[in-house]
Amino acid sequence: MSINRRQFLRGVAATGASAAAVAATPEEAAAALQREPRGRAPEALGLLYDSTLCVGCKACVAACKSANGKPREISADQSDWNAGTWDSAKTLSAKTYNIIMVYQNGTMAAKDAETDGFAFIKRQCLHCVDPSCISCCPVSAMQKDPVTGIVSNDPNRCIGCRYCVYACPFQVPKFEFEGAFGRISKCELCRHRLAKGELPGCVDSCPTGATLFGRVADLRTEAHRRITLKPGDTYAYPRGDISGKYGEHREPHEKVITAAYREEVYGETVLGGTQALYLSAVSFDKLGLPYGPNIPTSGYASQTEGIQHFLYTGMIAPAAALTGLILLARRNVDKHHSEADEDAADSQGGSHGNA
Amino acid sequence: MATHEHAPVGGRLVTAPFIFLFVIVFAAAVILTQRFVFGLGGVTHLSDGYPWGIWIAIDLIIGTALGCGGLVVALLVYIVNQGEYHPLARAALMTSLFGYTMGAIAVMIDLGRWWLGYNIMLPWLWNTNSVLLETALCIFLYIIVLIIEFGPTFFERLGLKESRRRLHRVMFVFTALGVLLPMMHQSSMGTVVILLGYKLSPLWQSQLLTVNFLFTAFTMGFAIVAFESTLSSVALKRPFETRLLSRLCYIMMWVLIIFLGVRFIDLLRLGAWPLAFRMDVQAISFWVEYLSGIAAIALLWQERNRMHPRYIFLGASAMLLNGFMYRLNCYLIGYDPGHGWSYYPSTGEIIVTLGIFAIQIMLYLVFVKQLPVLHAVRKA
Repeated sequence: MSINRRQFLRGVAATGASAAAVAATPEEAAAALQREPRGRAPEALGLLYDSTLCVGCKACVAACKSANGKPREISADQSDWNAGTWDSAKTLSAKTYNIIMVYQNGTMAAKDAETDGFAFIKRQCLHCVDPSCISCCPVSAMQKDPVTGIVSNDPNRCIGCRYCVYACPFQVPKFEFEGAFGRISKCELCRHRLAKGELPGCVDSCPTGATLFGRVADLRTEAHRRITLKPGDTYAYPRGDISGKYGEHREPHEKVITAAYREEVYGETVLGGTQALYLSAVSFDKLGLPYGPNIPTSGYASQTEGIQHFLYTGMIAPAAALTGLILLARRNVDKHHSEADEDAADSQGGSHGNA
Repeated sequence: MATHEHAPVGGRLVTAPFIFLFVIVFAAAVILTQRFVFGLGGVTHLSDGYPWGIWIAIDLIIGTALGCGGLVVALLVYIVNQGEYHPLARAALMTSLFGYTMGAIAVMIDLGRWWLGYNIMLPWLWNTNSVLLETALCIFLYIIVLIIEFGPTFFERLGLKESRRRLHRVMFVFTALGVLLPMMHQSSMGTVVILLGYKLSPLWQSQLLTVNFLFTAFTMGFAIVAFESTLSSVALKRPFETRLLSRLCYIMMWVLIIFLGVRFIDLLRLGAWPLAFRMDVQAISFWVEYLSGIAAIALLWQERNRMHPRYIFLGASAMLLNGFMYRLNCYLIGYDPGHGWSYYPSTGEIIVTLGIFAIQIMLYLVFVKQLPVLHAVRKA
């Protein structure tokens, strides 16, 4: 009895007390029972998207579709004028792994201005350092490559539970709800093209270098160099692969800085860090990314796994609880069933104790 | 006195309510045929913003909580040694068996790639970090345990005395498992939504979700026992089990008080109370949840009320509503993926959910009439 109750109460008390002891910021709340945050793979590959370079041509959207064999998407509200000529996805979907969206404010006169301006944002899988989709997948269908860090889905394992769709803080994995045999679809950083030494479709097609490919370590250095630039400076923006290993050689894109960068590289710390990094002149929450004081710098998976490991590591706590329960049950089952059992056995009976 | 403490109720099976339930189940079956032919998008309003709808939130998350009657009664009778509640055990176990089985069936219906569903049984594919895996395996194991726990009832009906006695000798192991597994599984269903992070409103997002789901498993598990006992006494014209239920009411009222207290303090800690006064859908839904809990306490507070079947029934109903809304809020209403996504269940989804519960009521009626489930009524 004592084992069971103590175990159980200890679990409850520890969960409650540790959570109650911390203050209200997500940072500190996350610290209770948290699993160690995951580190970046040194050779991890990723993207650096620079919103100030993007001209909104959407070549990347078309290239992504052709690289991944995805069809055009016609939004329902456009069906009267768009018979299928224009790919007009409004958001990421099972048919659209990559999309350019736009922030608009007031007169929308100036590019990269928060007020009376507009700014582009490219959305695709951010290939988190500590992804929720990897943590939550019950059948290991979501995999994070140990070297490249690319997050991919194996449809031969996936059971279609869609927990990854539900949990992803960036709304990336999508499920094909149409048709009887749908699958999870998401950007896999064109790993099939990388295997052939080619660039991901979106990078390959980007004329300005707004989407740059490379080792995340190199991309971070590049990003930090850029945020020190001031309006009026001229900078030679590399295009394609920052290291020049993937795809053919490209000349850099020389450009005069017009809008001041925000002094922050999105993706370095947010939710434990991502392999797709963002630079922008407008606030990242305006661009629709999870950003702000309520977004922790560790992945949510470190919280759920912290609880899961606390309760179930080595199945020690459940085994101890079960032992206690068995001891109690053994004593009490006999007590409450003995008369009934005799009844069943010989159809005679004492009265069953009801008190 | 009767040779057994439990006896079949007897009576006609095909009654008007039974036919009504059958019609709902039939309609659900038609919808499900469409679901498997045309896919989830064909009959549901599920989307990439709301990939989980009422088939998960109600059929599974709430359905299995309603299946916690077996847990609550087993815990009281066999673990805390309150043998007086023993007469409630069989009906409670049976409800649990139905609740969990139908919850599992709902999951299989909802699986987008159901033909690969067996993958979850392949240990080499297991991701032990996945809270959902833990949840799924516990449901599966618990259903097996429930079938075994319910075994004596079948053996009694079939007159297999030796089998019943043999099973009884090892029953304590399954009784223990039957307490542990649902507690593991129910608490994990709270951990599942912790992963939603900022997408779940601070009115519900908390590390205490794990514990809160255990609280609601207990309150709903109890409430369904009281609810069902009262309803079946009326419907099957049996005496009320008031004496037993009133003490249970007292215990569960205190569990609910602690739960509401924990929620109150937790929301203070998280600074989430202002959100409750915004009067948007989430805030209204929060108040329905919280006030129904307070109503349950108010209804059951006085000992006089706890001795009255009507108050027991109303109190249990309010307690059910509290747990129902808490879980619905955690999985759907409190969840906001942003970017303009919205969800309201389709008629087809609602019909299937009704069918899931209708089939449980049908099974309940068949079982109590045919099998020795309910406590035998003593003739004076």
